[in-house]
Amino acid sequence: MTVIIRRPPRARPHRPVWEERPTRVGQALKATLLTLLVLGVLFPLWVVLVTSLSSRRTIADAGGLVVVPKGIDTSAYATIFAGGAVTRALWISTLVTVCGTAIALTVTVLAAYGLSRPGTLGHRWLLAYFLIPFLVYPPLVPRYLVVTGLGLKDTIWALVLPSAISVFNLVVVRGFFQGIPQELLDSARIDGASDFRTLGRIVLPLSRAVVAVVGLFYAVGYWNVWFDALLFIDRNDMYPIQRVLQSYLLAGQAPHTSGAASGVTMPPTEAIKMAVVVLTVAPIVAVYPFIQRHFIKGVLIGAVKG
Amino acid sequence: MSEPAVAVGPERARPDDPVAPARTPRRRRVPLGSRLRRDWQLLAMVAPGFLVLLIFSYLPIAGNVIAFQDYNPYLGDNPWQAFTHSNWIGFGQFQLLFDDPAFWDAFRNTLAITGFQLVFFFPLPILLAVMLHNLLSSRLRGLVQTIVYLPHFFSWVLVISFFVAMLGGAGLLAQTMRDAGVQPWNVMTNPDTFIVLVTAEAVWKDVGWGTIVFLAALSTIDQSLYEAAAADGAGRWRRLWHITLPGLRPVIVLLLILRLGDALSVGFEQFLLQRDAVGRQAAEVLDTFVYHFSIATGNYGYGAAAGLFKAVVGLVLILAANRVAHLLGERGIYSKS
Repeated sequence: MTVIIRRPPRARPHRPVWEERPTRVGQALKATLLTLLVLGVLFPLWVVLVTSLSSRRTIADAGGLVVVPKGIDTSAYATIFAGGAVTRALWISTLVTVCGTAIALTVTVLAAYGLSRPGTLGHRWLLAYFLIPFLVYPPLVPRYLVVTGLGLKDTIWALVLPSAISVFNLVVVRGFFQGIPQELLDSARIDGASDFRTLGRIVLPLSRAVVAVVGLFYAVGYWNVWFDALLFIDRNDMYPIQRVLQSYLLAGQAPHTSGAASGVTMPPTEAIKMAVVVLTVAPIVAVYPFIQRHFIKGVLIGAVKG
Repeated sequence: MSEPAVAVGPERARPDDPVAPARTPRRRRVPLGSRLRRDWQLLAMVAPGFLVLLIFSYLPIAGNVIAFQDYNPYLGDNPWQAFTHSNWIGFGQFQLLFDDPAFWDAFRNTLAITGFQLVFFFPLPILLAVMLHNLLSSRLRGLVQTIVYLPHFFSWVLVISFFVAMLGGAGLLAQTMRDAGVQPWNVMTNPDTFIVLVTAEAVWKDVGWGTIVFLAALSTIDQSLYEAAAADGAGRWRRLWHITLPGLRPVIVLLLILRLGDALSVGFEQFLLQRDAVGRQAAEVLDTFVYHFSIATGNYGYGAAAGLFKAVVGLVLILAANRVAHLLGERGIYSKS
């Protein structure tokens, strides 16, 4: 069943009568600045992608990084996915991201709904309790001691649990929940629905956009986790991808890829480095366009009302 | 996307019954037991979040007291036993800290970087937001916004990797300069220009994201103000100065206060990642100082003292800035009313 909804015709851009026409110079300046800005973001992505897909010879001819592609060579990716540090790190990061996002979303949505109904027992105190960590950061050294003291070191829980709730996201979701008309919830209650049922059957279906946005924030946070891994993960085989990327690109270590094809067909290390960068960016760039349209609205709705 | 919430907007959900009160009046004097029975499900929902914050936020905040200890991690079997067995030494760690030239170097670096970014980074999102707001084509504006928001979602490891690929010793810039027969320079390891480099990285990552809140503020400015000003003969610059900027002022002040409160934390990962390439003189900030003099070397009490110092100064700064904002007649982060 497909319903095609015709979009309303886009309003033609129009200039208020009182506003002057932009000058030639002003227009040119604006165009240049914006083009530079967009290129400034896209150009590095392009160079990294092209280099990762270039053959050893192309890279040698270019003298390092490749700007203009000459053929496609996927041997760097083949080497990486043949197993080894990068593959394992990608799995760890995926696991952390999936588990972490699921747990964090559950905790956040539940707490946000629990805190969104005014007049409940201890409401003001609980709200203050949840907001104070927004202003006072947990200090590094005691945090380290708490996490290691709980025996979480070298487990993925050390990366997942400490950030299982972000107060900012909580405020966003809570703000959205407060915008849901009270009458709707009252009617659910009169029909005998418990609070859990109301949340699951009425509130959540209305809140898909904000849950998606907050979920994206959590997912990106977990995918990007680097510092917590530096603190809490000592074992090489538990490294998430950001930690591996750092050791390849910033610490200048040679990549160890077990199971690499031997001899002459070894792809260039520059291509492998860039391929790791591409693999680290890829999930973010892939998900981003789907959520992008929602997040401004979602965040502003929540933030303004919170 | 359709917005589901629209279908149940207040104008539809509320029957036109003049007798019914708009909201349930606040119930008072309900005995604790029945309130507990009424609200236990909501309280149960809050419980997991409560626990996470208790363990990973409140416990560490309380754990700051090891700054007053000669904390020895090897006493007992776990950090808790080590804590109960360690000696209390009062302000000894702070005395050591204030006598440590490395600490003051880090302090100075932190303030220099904050100051530099306040001048060269803070105004950029405002300028960009004004420029985007004035674009007539909403399609073009959306495209630019989509692209410039993207780097905000990259990790610092990625951002610095991109900078290394572009500007590093084996990067594109050095490569081009070598081809042109010029002696290439390596921006990534030069301590003298480090402050510019980190600001450039921060701009690349967050200038687009920073425009969101300003764009929101711009869209709330009343258009008729512009029309009236134009009728009175104000040109575009006068309108910018007398309408747009005053319209943005509350947001600017709010963000300035927040920035000042964070004056001593310029960002952890960015500096930790580049500290070794650039050297301590330029790249050691308070956050990396705390890390290197506690977890990296096992001197926990010392690092905790530095961290506590930083937190207290930050709190004082944010309260002071908020105070000043109130005195200037702005709203600040919280208002007294």
